[in-house]
Amino acid sequence: MENRFESVEQVRDGLKKVHYLADDGIAGVVFLAQRLGKPILVEGPAGTGKTQLAKSVAEMLNARLIRLQCYEGLDESKALYEWNYKKQLLRIQADKTSDSWSQVHDDIFSEEFLLTRPLLEAISSPDPVVLLIDEVDRVEIETEALLLEILSEYQVSIPELGTIVAKQIPMVFLTSNNTRELSEALKRRCLFLHVDYPDMEREKEIVMTKVPDITQNLADQIARIVRSIRQLDLKKAPSVSETLDWARTLMLMGIENIDAQEAKDTLHILLKYQTDITKAAKELSVDK
Amino acid sequence: MTLLDLMSGFIAELRKAGLPVSLTENLDAMEAVKEIPIEDRQAFKYALAATLVKSNSHWRAFETIFEVYFSLRGPEHQIPSDLSDAEAELWREEQEAQLQGDGAAGSGGGMDSLTPEEIAQMLMQALMNGDQAMMRALARQSVQRFAGMEPGRPVGGTYYLYRTLRNLDLDNMLDKLMEANREQAAQELTKLEERLEKDEFESRIEQFKQEVEAEIRRRLVADRGAEAMAKTLRKPLPEDVEFMHANKEEMQSLKKALQPLTRKLAAKLARKRRHGRRGPLDFRSTVRHSLSYGGVPADPKFKYPRPSKPELMVVADISGSVAAFARFTLMLVYAIQGQFSKVRSFVFIDGIDEVTDYFKSNVDISDAIHRVNTEADVVWVDGHSDYGHAFEVFWERYGKDINPKTTILLLGDARNNYHAASSWVIKEMQKRGRHVYWLNPEPRSYWNTGDSIVGEYGSFTDGVYECRNLRQLEAFVEKLA
Repeated sequence: MENRFESVEQVRDGLKKVHYLADDGIAGVVFLAQRLGKPILVEGPAGTGKTQLAKSVAEMLNARLIRLQCYEGLDESKALYEWNYKKQLLRIQADKTSDSWSQVHDDIFSEEFLLTRPLLEAISSPDPVVLLIDEVDRVEIETEALLLEILSEYQVSIPELGTIVAKQIPMVFLTSNNTRELSEALKRRCLFLHVDYPDMEREKEIVMTKVPDITQNLADQIARIVRSIRQLDLKKAPSVSETLDWARTLMLMGIENIDAQEAKDTLHILLKYQTDITKAAKELSVDK
Repeated sequence: MTLLDLMSGFIAELRKAGLPVSLTENLDAMEAVKEIPIEDRQAFKYALAATLVKSNSHWRAFETIFEVYFSLRGPEHQIPSDLSDAEAELWREEQEAQLQGDGAAGSGGGMDSLTPEEIAQMLMQALMNGDQAMMRALARQSVQRFAGMEPGRPVGGTYYLYRTLRNLDLDNMLDKLMEANREQAAQELTKLEERLEKDEFESRIEQFKQEVEAEIRRRLVADRGAEAMAKTLRKPLPEDVEFMHANKEEMQSLKKALQPLTRKLAAKLARKRRHGRRGPLDFRSTVRHSLSYGGVPADPKFKYPRPSKPELMVVADISGSVAAFARFTLMLVYAIQGQFSKVRSFVFIDGIDEVTDYFKSNVDISDAIHRVNTEADVVWVDGHSDYGHAFEVFWERYGKDINPKTTILLLGDARNNYHAASSWVIKEMQKRGRHVYWLNPEPRSYWNTGDSIVGEYGSFTDGVYECRNLRQLEAFVEKLA
């Protein structure tokens, strides 16, 4: 592969250039994934930048991002490939008189009539690609098996055509919100990366990179308040994306220094449940 | 020791701790360490974790074992080069002390110049400024001085930790820090600022504690060897923690693990037989398959019917004999109600009450549990379990709501205090409902001993399951189909 990573630092710096601040774990695993040619299974709470990681890696490598959004009921005709039956029908009818049957038969099961879906597209692409299989925990456990061949061998077998082997090994990211346990077979084929809420320093840096013109002081305050809120026992702790939304809101409101009242008034941006908001408001203004 | 030996020992220990490390994962790890030098300890750790640990709940166990096996190789054990003066002095003194005292502490070595008060003072200063390097040095120093470690003594790490922290008076450190901070601040701090400061100090103190703990571990490893040390540190994985004996922290992690499990339960209960039932015509699939017949739609395809929503009734014992389990039960009920729309929950001791409303999904879980414990009308006579009476009342009040779609989940140890069993209720439930399952938090060997009559009830259910930890609960959910 032409743009191979040399070291973990290179990955981290590269990601930083595209405004993704990776910690040691993230950079290390991305580096390793490319070296070993293995997919990465990224797990963690919602809104911690799992999908963004794949996007940023694609941007860093100048690769095309191919995304497969998983949902319940996803099947191979939407994930792998499908025969373009309309075109096949036309082909049969157009040549009703002239061609012999065997020729038509060979013809309609050729690549011309194959509709590539994201997985097949990712491995048949001649250019470097990053394949993102998003929210893999949403498909049924039986459908997971679809992914196994492509994840371990980087190939797709089509009964009528034969096996299509990858021209280059793509970087593969699978994300999961951990709503269910993934199968052992899938996990075994992947490197596992758990992305958690960032620590305070990193969150502050993230705010500073993502929200231009924010003052150091405000970013610091934001990171500290968010950390305090995350320590509470909430239904849904604020995610990084919500922190960023909050920072942007405060910027728009022209607030330089957050006081308790302002924090309370804008809490609904950070928290999405009424019970959580009440709780946080109480905790923030009352010193135990 | 070569890296290979170290790795195989490490992986063997992971397996002993219960982590499922397969052969391919083992090979992957070996591949991975080729790519990443062991000197970069953080990257090395993450590389191993990425290949060997496939579940976040196993992370802690992994981390502990990693520390034990690889901590002696970290940069901490080389003399750091960028030390401030005070710290360099500390470091030198400590080295001397180690040389003199034969690795064993307690003698104080060349540190006589500093009194414990001075050390505490320095620690406070370091915590105040968030001076990481200083904190680390002080952690080392205080373990050296206060833990009183003796080689070969079969005492666990927690004992030393306790001794060290007590000598530093860490419990009052937070108050002292807040006090000092208030004095330093130019103007009055607002409540919010104060709270933030407090959280900051708390996290720094926590960090210091971890440093101390790590230092103690390092010394213990040096004394006893990695294998013995790993053995003493072995703790059950979250899925093996017994509900009955879970501590607060373990409860917290159980709570997290419950969410996916109830989702799975929902999916299992919702699943209908796919074969033999037909939904509306699937036009797309029909045309697709018509190709085999030259474009004639000879074989119509149908969509699968939408799975119907499961109805669930959870009846849980919350008496004293299952107190710890009851808390877990309530968490389970809460989680289940988040997944099922048609779920009703009941709790009983000797009376029974419906608590569905307490668990409506927008309510905070601790509030809900509090309400159940204070408001639910579950005591009929004396507040000792009376399954028979509770069941009879249940049948009388709610029995008519059971229909062929209802699954009933009974949770309890069936210790009936020798009251009448009224097991006919269970029999009726089973007749009228879809399934009746009983989950028992007691070990199987205790069943039907003393006043437990789980066998009598069990004969009328679709199954009684031992449910002492997450793994068993998961197995139960797995079996449902």
